[in-house]
Amino acid sequence: MKSSKIIIGLLSAAAVAIVACKPKSTSNAVSGDAASKVYVAPGKYDEFYNFVSGGFSGQLSVYGLPSGRLLRVIPVFSMDPEKGWGFSEETKPMLNTSHGFVPWDDLHHVEMSMTDGIADGKWAFVNGNNTPRLARVDLTTFRTAEIIELPNSGGNHSSPFGTENSEYIVAGTRFSVPSDANSDVSIESYKENFKGHISFVSVDKESGEMNIAFQLKTPGVNFDLARTGKGKSHGWFFFSTYNTEQANTLQEVNASQKDKDFIMAVNWKKAEEYIKAGKGAKQKVKYAHNVFDEHTHTATSVIKDEVTVLDVAEYPDIVYFIPCPKSPHGCDVDPTGEYIVGSGKLAALLPVFSFDKIQKAIADKAFESETYSGIPVIKYEAALYGEVQKPGLGPLHTEFDANGNAYTSFFVSSEVVKWNVKDLQVLDRQPTFYSVGHLMVPGGNTKKPLGKYLVAYNKITKDRYLPTGPELSQSAQLYDISGEKMQLILDFPTIGEPHYAQAVAAELIKDKQVKIFDINKNAHAFVAKGEAETKVERIGNQVHVYLTTVRSHLSPDKIEGVQLGDNVYFHVTNLEQDWDVPHGFAIKGASNGELLVMPGETTTLKWTPDRIGIFPMYCTDFCSALHQEMSGYVRVSPKGSNVPISYGLGDKMTTVKK
Amino acid sequence: MNTSMKKAVIAIAGFSLTAAVLVSCGGGSSSGQTKSTARETSETLTTDDYDPNRGEGKFDESNVEAGALNMAMAEKGEAISGTKCLSCHKLSDEKLVGPGWEGVTERRSLHWIMNFITNPDPMIDKDPEVQAQLELCLVRMPNQNLADEEAREIVEFMRKNDGVK
Ligand code: HEC
Ligand SMILES: [Cu+2]
Repeated sequence: MKSSKIIIGLLSAAAVAIVACKPKSTSNAVSGDAASKVYVAPGKYDEFYNFVSGGFSGQLSVYGLPSGRLLRVIPVFSMDPEKGWGFSEETKPMLNTSHGFVPWDDLHHVEMSMTDGIADGKWAFVNGNNTPRLARVDLTTFRTAEIIELPNSGGNHSSPFGTENSEYIVAGTRFSVPSDANSDVSIESYKENFKGHISFVSVDKESGEMNIAFQLKTPGVNFDLARTGKGKSHGWFFFSTYNTEQANTLQEVNASQKDKDFIMAVNWKKAEEYIKAGKGAKQKVKYAHNVFDEHTHTATSVIKDEVTVLDVAEYPDIVYFIPCPKSPHGCDVDPTGEYIVGSGKLAALLPVFSFDKIQKAIADKAFESETYSGIPVIKYEAALYGEVQKPGLGPLHTEFDANGNAYTSFFVSSEVVKWNVKDLQVLDRQPTFYSVGHLMVPGGNTKKPLGKYLVAYNKITKDRYLPTGPELSQSAQLYDISGEKMQLILDFPTIGEPHYAQAVAAELIKDKQVKIFDINKNAHAFVAKGEAETKVERIGNQVHVYLTTVRSHLSPDKIEGVQLGDNVYFHVTNLEQDWDVPHGFAIKGASNGELLVMPGETTTLKWTPDRIGIFPMYCTDFCSALHQEMSGYVRVSPKGSNVPISYGLGDKMTTVKK
Repeated sequence: MNTSMKKAVIAIAGFSLTAAVLVSCGGGSSSGQTKSTARETSETLTTDDYDPNRGEGKFDESNVEAGALNMAMAEKGEAISGTKCLSCHKLSDEKLVGPGWEGVTERRSLHWIMNFITNPDPMIDKDPEVQAQLELCLVRMPNQNLADEEAREIVEFMRKNDGVK
C-alpha cells in the first residue's frame, strides 16, 4: 500500500517537473487563512529576524518573518552610498584586500554565531565568494565589524559554516587553485598543481575577532557547501565536493562524468591537535584583515603575511572521503548529529549517511581499494544509513524541524519536499515559484530547530509580481510548516540573489540593540565634543574641518580659505544622543558620496574641490522641522590666494592667523 | 474622575502660559515654518496625574536638594553641557534652538529640570509650558542620554550661571 502511494507521488512529481520548464500556473491555491498568518499589524513586531544573503549585491538583507517586511540592508562587501559605507574615510579600509580596494563581492551564505549548537544572536558571519573573504556582522549595531581575506583560495563558496560554539568558521575554496606562493603554472597542470584549501578561522568568544588558525590543503576539487557535526559528531565537519574529475575546462560536462563525487569528513579536533603540536608548514601569503573599532569609529586594514597549512595527505587521520551521488550541493547534518544528508544536485535520490557507521567504517578500515589522491575513501554502503528514493529532481539543500522531519529544496522540479529522517519516507511536497535554491527553517541547521516556518529562496521570479522590465527582483516564499502539510502563505521580493539565509527569534536580538554611541566615549582622532571644539585647520594642502551636527544646524556653517588643490576632510560629529536621530552630510561636487552619521559618532568625508566658488553643504537626513535650514557654505579660492582660513556659525567668526 | 474635563483644564492652562513662554524663547525666529513635529495637544494630554510643577520622572523635592553652590559639580556640569547641550542653548536669555538658560533655575524647580532633561519625551507630550515652547522652537528637546549624576551636575552649572553662590 505504502509503496504504491509513493509511486503515485512520484508520478505526479514527474509531471510537475516536466511542466517546470515553463512557469507553473500562479493560480496555485493559497488557502483562506494565509493572510491572517502573515499579517503583522501596524506597530507590532515580527516573530523572527531573517538574515538573507544579498547575492551579487554583496550585502546582507534583514527581513521580518512572517510579514516579509524588509527591515534593513546591511552593507558588507559592496559600497553603499545610502550609508556612506566604503565612501567615508573610516569605512574605506573595510573593503581593502591584498588586491587593493575591492568595492564589491558576491555574498552567498549566512551563519549565526552559536553556543552549544544554538544561535546565540551575537554575530552573523557571511562569505564573499569572488575575492575570497569572510565577514562578521555585529548584531548589536547591524554593522559589519570585521572582514578577513582568505589566501590560497579561489572563490570562497564553502563558507561561512561554523562549529557548535563558533570555535571555527570554515572557508572552503570553490575553485581549487595553486598555492599563492607558486601560482604561475599551466592550467593544464590542474591535477598536479591545483589544490583545495579550507581555512579554519577561529573566533574570539568575547570580541569576535577572527583569525586564520590554519588551513587544510586537500586534493584539487571544488568545494560547495559544508556543515558542522553536532552533539555526538561535534569535532567533525562535512564538506560537499564536486569536480572530483579534476577537470580544468568545460566543467559543465567534464565535472559531471562520475556517478559519485564526495562528501569530505574532517576530524577538525585532530587537525587542531596537530596544529597545537606545532605541525603544519608556515607559508608566505598576503591577505587583508580589516577591523572596525566602535570607539574610534574607524576601521584599520592590516596586510598579514603568513598562514599555517596542514597537508591532509601527510596526516591520514584527519580527512576521509565518502562517495555521494552526482555533484552534491548541500551536505546537512540533522539536529541529533547522527544523520548527514547529501543533496547531489544531479542525482535522483537523497543519500543519508550515519555518523556512527562512518566511525565504524573508519575503525574497520572499510575503505575502497584505491585512495583518492592518497586520501582513504569510505565504502558507500559502509557509511550509508539509507536513501530517500526519487524524492524530486535536483536536490540542493536540506534543513530540519524539531520533530524528526527534513525539508529539501529541489531546483529542477521547483518544489520543497518534507520527509522523515528515520524512515526516509516522503510526507509532503509543495511547488515553489520558481526553481528554489536554498531553503531555511528558523534554527533548522541547529541542535534545536524552532520550526513553524520554511522559506524558499527562488532563483527565478517570472510572473510573481508586477513586471518591471527585463530584470525582476528575486523572490522568497514563506510556508507554514506547523501542520502535517506545508502551506504556502506569502511571497516577498528580495534584493540581489538570495542564496542561503538563517532566522532567529526576535527576542534573541531585539533588546540588545545599540541605540546611540556614547559621545563621551568617542575616541575618534578628529572628534569635536561640542561646538566649542569645532574648528578648521590647515596642514599643508589638507584642510581638516571639525564639524558638528545637531537639530538643526551645522557648526561651523561658514568656511572660507579653502584653496583649489586642497583636500578637505569634513570630520562630522553628530552631537545628538537620542535614538534614530542620524544627520547626513553632503557637499556639492563631492565625487564620492554622502555621510550618514549616527548619534555620538564621527565620520569623515574627503572632498577635493575642482573649481573656485561657493559650495553649499547640507544635512541629507530629514531630522526636524528645520531640517531644510540645516546647511552652510564653503568658499573655494584660487591656489595661493590670501583669503585666510576662517569659519563660524551665527555671529561668531574665527580667523586663523597665517 | 472625568478625563475630558481634566484635559480641558490643562489645555486652558497651557494656552494661558503661551504668552509667558514666548518671551523666554526669545524673538521667535521661526522662519515662516508652520510644520511641527508636535502631536496634537488635545490628543496627548490624557494623563490624569501629570503635575506640571514636578514634571514626570524620578525626581522630586525629596531627592534634589539645593544647598550652597558646589563648584566642583558645576565645573563638571559645564563640560558636559559643552558636549551635549550648548549647541542648542545659550547661557544668556537669548534663544538659539531652545530657550536661553539664563534664569531657568528661577523659572523652574530643580527637580522639574532634572526630570525634563533626563526624560524629555513624555514631558514634551504632556507639559503645557513645554508644548508652548515647542510651538515656537519647532524642535523637540532631545533626550541626550544623561546619567542622573551628569544631570545633577548640569543643574549645578545652571545655578552657577544664575548667580547662585
Ligand atoms: C537639538 C537642540 C537641543 C539640545 C541639544 C538640547 N536642548 Fe534643551 N531644549 C531645546 C528646545 C527646543 C527646548 C524647548 C522645548 C522643546 O521645544 O521641546 C529646550 C528646553 C530645555 C529646557 C527648558 C528651558 C526652559 O526655559 O524652560 C531645559 C532646562 C533644557 N532644554 C536643558 C537642556 C540640557 C541640560 C541639554 C543637554 C543635556 C539640552 N537642553 C540639550 C533644544 C535642545
Ligand atoms: Cu539634520
